[in-house]
Amino acid sequence: MTSPLEQKKIRITGPSVVTANRTWDGAVVYRTAKQGWSTELADSAIVSTSDDARALLAEATADDVGAVGPYIAPVELKDGGKVKPGNLREHIRAKGVTIDLQVPA
Amino acid sequence: MYAYDELDRTLINERVSEFRDQVKRRLSGELTEDEFKILRLQNGVYLQLHAYMFRVAIPYGTLSSKQLRRLAHVARRYDRGYGHFTTRQNIQFNWIKLAELPDALADLAEVGIHAMQTSGNNMRNVTSDQWAGVAPGEIEDPRIWSEIIRQHTTLHPEFSFLPRKFKIAITAAEHDRAAIKIHDIGLRLHKNADGETGFEVLVGGGLGRTPFIAKTIKPFVSGRDILSYIEAILRVYNQYGRRDNIYKARIKILVHELGIEKFAKEVDEEWKAMGDVGLTLDHTAIEEVRSRFSYPAYEKLPHMPDELKQAAHDKLFERWRKNSVSAHKVQGYSIVTLSLKPVGGPPGDASAEQMDAVADLADKYSFGEIRVGHEQNLALPHVAKRDLPVLFKALDRLGLATPNVNLVTDIIACPGLDYCSLANARSIPIAQELTRRFANHDTADLIGRLHINISGCINACGHHHVGHIGILGVEKNGEEFYQITIGGRADENAQLGTLIGPAVPYAEVADVIEDIVEAYLALRDRPEELFVDTVKRLGVEPIRERVYATR
Repeated sequence: MTSPLEQKKIRITGPSVVTANRTWDGAVVYRTAKQGWSTELADSAIVSTSDDARALLAEATADDVGAVGPYIAPVELKDGGKVKPGNLREHIRAKGVTIDLQVPA
Repeated sequence: MYAYDELDRTLINERVSEFRDQVKRRLSGELTEDEFKILRLQNGVYLQLHAYMFRVAIPYGTLSSKQLRRLAHVARRYDRGYGHFTTRQNIQFNWIKLAELPDALADLAEVGIHAMQTSGNNMRNVTSDQWAGVAPGEIEDPRIWSEIIRQHTTLHPEFSFLPRKFKIAITAAEHDRAAIKIHDIGLRLHKNADGETGFEVLVGGGLGRTPFIAKTIKPFVSGRDILSYIEAILRVYNQYGRRDNIYKARIKILVHELGIEKFAKEVDEEWKAMGDVGLTLDHTAIEEVRSRFSYPAYEKLPHMPDELKQAAHDKLFERWRKNSVSAHKVQGYSIVTLSLKPVGGPPGDASAEQMDAVADLADKYSFGEIRVGHEQNLALPHVAKRDLPVLFKALDRLGLATPNVNLVTDIIACPGLDYCSLANARSIPIAQELTRRFANHDTADLIGRLHINISGCINACGHHHVGHIGILGVEKNGEEFYQITIGGRADENAQLGTLIGPAVPYAEVADVIEDIVEAYLALRDRPEELFVDTVKRLGVEPIRERVYATR
């Protein structure tokens, strides 16, 4: 997964959201249509053109106190309107690590 | 153990207060993220995929039981109950909240632990041999010098804004357990013809996207001159090191571009031009630091106690003893490595319960001292041989007696895409699958010493270039692929591995590694020939042919 930290030009090819980490605790958050942040991907504002993506990112970036490092991430829209992460990186951010965290006690 | 003085304690406490204020200002919006980032990095705070990651220094890999208990407390109170020991004698917590970080730092400061310079473009944690002070044949305890360098470089204004991060490692043993040849500066303690103790100085090692093995620029620098000589190296680096391109900013690039002779000449000229800048260490200064290290009051014990003879019939104990117990410089004692590589477990992770239990065992059996090695395992450095059978049983109950030290399942792995914002691919699940494939200890013993190193991206935190087998995660069209190298090593004969063939997808990595190991077993000329020696003798081609013939 190419790191979104290296994201320079904004050109999207499918449905996308803006995601970041919440400033006070680092939790994964998504920009909502109400100009806020949510920890639920389902609440995110979904954009499908590069202009809209740029605008959403600009608005999210302006909220420097609320969240850190916003970037555009791809999503998949399933039947019934359900939103799924668009790649493995975003899947891991949304669902957590892919490994069993249990360490023997 | 090193005992901090009042100056050290004041420094750490002031740093906590300073960072508390910075966090407060960040959360109120007084500081922007751009302004705050450099400040948090100077305190070991990264932002990763899921949360902030907090990296705490364990200078030269030495911990007291009290300190380890406090790390367990931080894992339990501020994180999710576990920590991850890294390849540079640090511990990382993966789920820390920024708002709680000052409290975590304050709790650590009470026992003399800090996170200063565990990230950022400055002098990082000075690392050393995890067997320092107890390894047979050691020139002297390298931690004395690690501590002198740590004190000199901590918050040093000239070294706080270097072109890029800077890492120093020190060894004093014949066998290099500190991987000094993959550090910006590697120091090897030895004695010259006059019997004086000093350092062979190596410069320009490092991995990442442009890997280099460090080269010697001075065969001998006396101990009293080591600070001024390091300062001369850093001045040359500060003057000529590139700041325009992050990928070309490490000292290894400068050494490579100038050439080692020219670089050495520049350093020598700078060293001479510096004159006396008050950095020559006199006997009193060295002895002052030495005096703050305390050593156990060892008993006079037999080489082979009855307890050990009686336990010899226990096959599980004997297997563990042969694998995880090493010779100590004092008769009757041993160094015990605690494997943090259980079958199916994330390499280098330890739960808060394990940390607390190890601290208790250290108090009972190792004079309250624990060590952390760059291979992501722990060690108890002063265990009486008579206590080995009972210690084994206790470690086994904790899941810390897997007899796989230096074997195929003793895998070094970075956190990879499961945690890291820089990663392209996952590391931990690959390691877990490999430990399951090679879970049979008889098979692992048959294979012998074999280091597998896994990195989830080219930044190489898993040191894949110097793994006997190195695995590098890359991305191809949105999928995880892995490049595999063989023949690397990180010890005194350090060298970079060679690519064995095309990258393979995630699902095939374990199969390919199994095939490589099978090829080695078929090609080695005797059971004692190690994997890395077979590769050296035959080259990559015979193994490549066997592994890729049907792919």
